[in-house]
Amino acid sequence: MEDYLSLLVEYDVLGAFWVNIQLTLWAGVWALLLGTVLALMRISPIASLQWLGAAYVNIFRNTPLTIILAFGFLGLFGQLGFTLAEDLNVSLFRIAILGLAIYHAAFVCEAIRSGVNTVPLGQAEAARAIGLSFMPAARLIILPQAFRGAIAPLGNVLIALIKNSTVAAAGSVAIETSTVMKEMIEFRSDVIYPIFFTFALGFVILVIPIGLLTTWASKKLAVAR
Amino acid sequence: MSAQQVLFDAPGPRSRRNILIGNIIGAVLIVGLIGYLIMALAAQGQFAPEKWTPFLEWDTWRFFLLEGLLYTLRAAAISVVTSIVFGLIFGLGRLSHVAVIRWISGIVVEFFRAVPVLLMMIFFWLLLGTLDLLRPQDSPFAAVVLGLTLYNGSVIAELVRSGVYNLPKGQREAGLAIGMTRSQSLRSIEVPQALVAMLPALVSQFVVILKDSALGYIITYSELLAYSRRLGSGEGNIFQALIVAAVIFIIINFMLTTFATKLSGRLSFRTGGKTRKDKNEKVLVTDATNAG
Repeated sequence: MEDYLSLLVEYDVLGAFWVNIQLTLWAGVWALLLGTVLALMRISPIASLQWLGAAYVNIFRNTPLTIILAFGFLGLFGQLGFTLAEDLNVSLFRIAILGLAIYHAAFVCEAIRSGVNTVPLGQAEAARAIGLSFMPAARLIILPQAFRGAIAPLGNVLIALIKNSTVAAAGSVAIETSTVMKEMIEFRSDVIYPIFFTFALGFVILVIPIGLLTTWASKKLAVAR
Repeated sequence: MSAQQVLFDAPGPRSRRNILIGNIIGAVLIVGLIGYLIMALAAQGQFAPEKWTPFLEWDTWRFFLLEGLLYTLRAAAISVVTSIVFGLIFGLGRLSHVAVIRWISGIVVEFFRAVPVLLMMIFFWLLLGTLDLLRPQDSPFAAVVLGLTLYNGSVIAELVRSGVYNLPKGQREAGLAIGMTRSQSLRSIEVPQALVAMLPALVSQFVVILKDSALGYIITYSELLAYSRRLGSGEGNIFQALIVAAVIFIIINFMLTTFATKLSGRLSFRTGGKTRKDKNEKVLVTDATNAG
């Protein structure tokens, strides 16, 4: 037990979780923006934009996240010399955020689209009857209701994003949880069980409140019909 | 109702013209974007023939891509079977009328759904290395299968449970009315229908298993991604090799997704449950877990 506690002093476990939380927040914001644009494209009347949205979703939903993040590190950074900052570590961190955002945007798009499916036809008809065209109808009538209907699936995407932020190890982000856990176990394999349960518990503590919160919010904010 | 009908009327002449203009602008933007990417990559010399010609040779496929794909499919196929077994056991456990079994199954399922698959894989990989149960070169493979099984099995357990919950109440009531006990009706009436209803979601879960098998790359399991990297570092074209690997994954997963959608239409009359959520809503691709 004492061995294990001294290990916690040596390795910055909270700091590792903080890196994952930062990855999640930044990637979450970008994925939400990109995913909303994609969802708008997919529900718009313009065929070429519908096609682009559908192609994006089908490509990135079906690619393993590990390949996307490994591609960011080995392909973009390694082979093309692509950087997003002067500092090497900051640059790799940002490339990992980019990869996470690109992957999860496809799921955000589908979540919002399923939210749009919860909006009754009469809402759109009423919007058109008072003379709103596509963008105003989407902005004022459809999307506010769609976002409320999409809270539960969006919460699920957020949970997946938190867990998937550990895959940033494939993009050589060095101080996030999965890498730190691996180093700790390699250093002290005699206390492998406490180490694993510390990290597992950390994720349970992060994930379960979000699940409860989004379930509560989706019920609370549901449009009464 | 489908999103397409919600937002706009059948277009009149003026909106048809606007849509046409929008379409042209959209197409120009797409072509421009793709063109820009191609130009930027070409300027970096990424379209040089020697970067791509290796993929035209049979040896590249035989020794790297197909070889890697074989290991990917092996891990995924075994995990599919073990996940279904795990899912059935714990799914039925969550429906048990014995409170203790219900509680234990619930805790197991919730725990493994909350922990990132990669952490489980790293844990099992290093644990098996210290335990001396397997040959050292087998422990990455076993860790991949264990990690995939525990996570996806828990998701499947939830599918089983929600499948039974979402059956119309009349199914169970009819079972009880003809004199079955609660567990008889569960076994012979509710669970079989729930299993049919969950088949499309199950096939979608195979996509997750196949995608997550690529996590094995991080714990030194030699699957498609690891082989592509090896190929790319030999030929100096990791960029191209990873794109080819991604395309292989996309093709297989796209076929699985299409199959799941077709299946949900075919099966809807075989069960009292719902094979899909809404008439126009496709199989639950947005279901949380599928992003995993």
